[in-house]
Amino acid sequence: MACGNNCSCNNNNAGNQDNSRRDFLVKGLIGGIGAAFLSGCSTNDKTKPESGEKINVLTHDGKLVTVDKSQVANFKPHISEEDVRKGIPGKKFVMVIDLAKCDGCGKCTKACNKMHYLPKNKEWIEVIEMQDSPEVAPYYFPKPCYHCDNPPCTKVCPVDATFKREDGIVAIDTDRCIGCRFCMAACPYSVRLFNWTEPIKPNIIETTPAAENVFQSKKGCVEKCDFCPHMAREGKLPACVTGCPMNAIWFGDANEDAVTCYDGTTTKLSQLLEDGGAYRFMEELGTEPRVYYLPPTNRIYDAKEIKIEKEGSEN
Amino acid sequence: MEKLNPEIKNQIENELLGTVGRRYRQETFWVIFLGVICIGGTVAWIIQLRKGLGVTAMRDYVSWGLYISLLFFFVGVSLIGALVSCVLRMSGAKWRYPLIRIAEAVTLSAIFFAGFMPVLDMGRPERLYFLITHGRIQSPILWDVVAIATYFIGSVIYFYLPLIPDLAIMRDKLTDAPMWRKKLWRWLAMGWEDNLLQRRLLKKAMLILCIVILPVAISVHTISAWLIAFTLRPGWNSTIMGPYFVFGALMAGTAIMILIIAKLRHGYRLEHYLTPKHFNNLAKILLALTAFYLYLNINKYGVPAFKMAKEEKAVLEDLFYGKNAFLFWFTQIVGLIIPIIILSFKKIRQSIKWVVAASVMVLLGALINRYLIVVPNMLHPFVPIQHAQHGYATYNPTLIEWTITASSLAGFVLLIILLFKPFPVITMWEVIEEVEKRGEKEIGVENIVNFQNIPGHAS
Ligand code: SF4
Ligand code: SF4
Repeated sequence: MACGNNCSCNNNNAGNQDNSRRDFLVKGLIGGIGAAFLSGCSTNDKTKPESGEKINVLTHDGKLVTVDKSQVANFKPHISEEDVRKGIPGKKFVMVIDLAKCDGCGKCTKACNKMHYLPKNKEWIEVIEMQDSPEVAPYYFPKPCYHCDNPPCTKVCPVDATFKREDGIVAIDTDRCIGCRFCMAACPYSVRLFNWTEPIKPNIIETTPAAENVFQSKKGCVEKCDFCPHMAREGKLPACVTGCPMNAIWFGDANEDAVTCYDGTTTKLSQLLEDGGAYRFMEELGTEPRVYYLPPTNRIYDAKEIKIEKEGSEN
Repeated sequence: MEKLNPEIKNQIENELLGTVGRRYRQETFWVIFLGVICIGGTVAWIIQLRKGLGVTAMRDYVSWGLYISLLFFFVGVSLIGALVSCVLRMSGAKWRYPLIRIAEAVTLSAIFFAGFMPVLDMGRPERLYFLITHGRIQSPILWDVVAIATYFIGSVIYFYLPLIPDLAIMRDKLTDAPMWRKKLWRWLAMGWEDNLLQRRLLKKAMLILCIVILPVAISVHTISAWLIAFTLRPGWNSTIMGPYFVFGALMAGTAIMILIIAKLRHGYRLEHYLTPKHFNNLAKILLALTAFYLYLNINKYGVPAFKMAKEEKAVLEDLFYGKNAFLFWFTQIVGLIIPIIILSFKKIRQSIKWVVAASVMVLLGALINRYLIVVPNMLHPFVPIQHAQHGYATYNPTLIEWTITASSLAGFVLLIILLFKPFPVITMWEVIEEVEKRGEKEIGVENIVNFQNIPGHAS
């Protein structure tokens, strides 16, 4: 059992280290490479006695393993508060959602909830049914946070708890949020959720600053889709993209002009937007979303089956 | 012009000082009653703090509810001090003199609770100090915090300044009061000797404060209106919000003022000081404000109703004939139209009972109106609510919310009563001075000169 299979430092030390005593690295540290990582390994205390207390940790490849508490090294996070507030250098994240392909299966939501330890009743990416007018066919409409370039939500935050990063992501620092919910009122897309009660905490330890945590729910604070920055730091796709078997969600970097979908196809963003006749949701509000939609033309599913809920009904 | 002889000045002071520290049976009942409600509210608040805002009916769609509605209400009511002390002063209304301290007490209490409501509404009240340590000046919440704090401090000063000469009178006259009180009065009166220079300085200070506080007062409420007008939500995204809030606030404040002086008049036996003239004049102001508010309402709801743009439509339909139609039409008809009719007739306006009745209606309407500004709009966002969990697409405030709401209102009234207790509710020195200068009639007081002839009033 190794903490990471592409980690040179562990491989080098493997020979003179007892497997069961090997320190497991806490999720959040693993994304980093190079000096921080090596120095982290070299400070492992192999003589620490077992505490007998077991905890679950997440290895960087997403596996949950149970280890003794003493085996978890307490590294300093190598992603600093400033790094998180600045964002990933050189990136401009962008998402494209192909409405023609989305068949409303909701697997993106499931994958997202799994990734972020969200209960069923929370949906960071919500698939709603849309019908623009009575005569036109309805379609499914996945709605994540749009990570607006002119975000009304961050403008109103009194304590800079929700902020726009240079890589385009609108993040929330739950160590800062005072729970005034002004951002919820300000978001025209009803994207933000609030923790009205104490959320159920998963048994994981995270050492990144709060805004890049996988589990972001904190009582009395807001939360929303975060574009999975912890995945992006490792060069990986967000959970919803890898969860969508229809290849309906593309994610990538506008600076590279490339987006990738579930099956690994990478395509030119500008070409995709141009060919698909892309649009942004409620462009007229001036929020400048970073999420584009391709219109639901030539749908690959039967649109007639979609039932539109009456407004405001509950289930 | 009649000159008051020192004996009569003495008698005015004696009568007005009569309420200081005196126990009234009805008042004691109210203090206990309101106090009990406040205790209930505190318990509810502790429950809310421990369990989180989940104990309220607010959910992700209706993320602001009764607490924020009340914030708007209290901020609004606090404008009454500025109306009486500044606007009436600038318009040269002499009858304002007996009302000034009452209005300032209402203002102080209202602004105190206005500052309190957001704390009740916060998900993380223990992080309140972040507003100072991490405050971001571009957020209207921060402007609101600054404005409310400034207005609170300004109101305290405005309450205190005209109190100085009265404190000196208390210091000199109430010699049989307990020692600590006398010491406190001496300290608070700051060596007031009632000479010409002191009077001139005091009046100058009050004038400057009056000029400064008016824009602050208006900005406090305008910024509160901007909390919702700065969002892109249908119904809120409107330029009328600032004036709509300010005039609605003045209207509610005037109604509260009428109700309070009606209560004080009998409760404190101040019939000579709070006379039909005051009711009549306040009723005229209330009439003008309700009529203007109706006009603003027609603009606020009528203009979008003519166009019926897609997003606004959902909100308007909800108000006009949907779930909130009863409340909406109640505020328009009972809260505005009927009071306007009542107050329009001179004969009816001269009856204190009718003026009080109209004020009750206006006040109820104004309270409900605050709710209608906040909640129905949140239920109709741009993206229609779908797949909502139970309780998410509606808003039915819980018992905890109602308790906290009721106790905030109770606390507001209680604080006013408590502010009336240690001081004479009517500014003695100003009334004496003005009566001396202009006579009773212009100040609106009646028969205060020979009041001792009326049996049962000398106290
Ligand atoms: S979609 Fe809403 S929450 Fe997301 S960035 Fe835009 S305004 Fe903010
Ligand atoms: S709820 Fe939190 S993130 Fe939202 S505006 Fe208030 S402090 Fe900022």
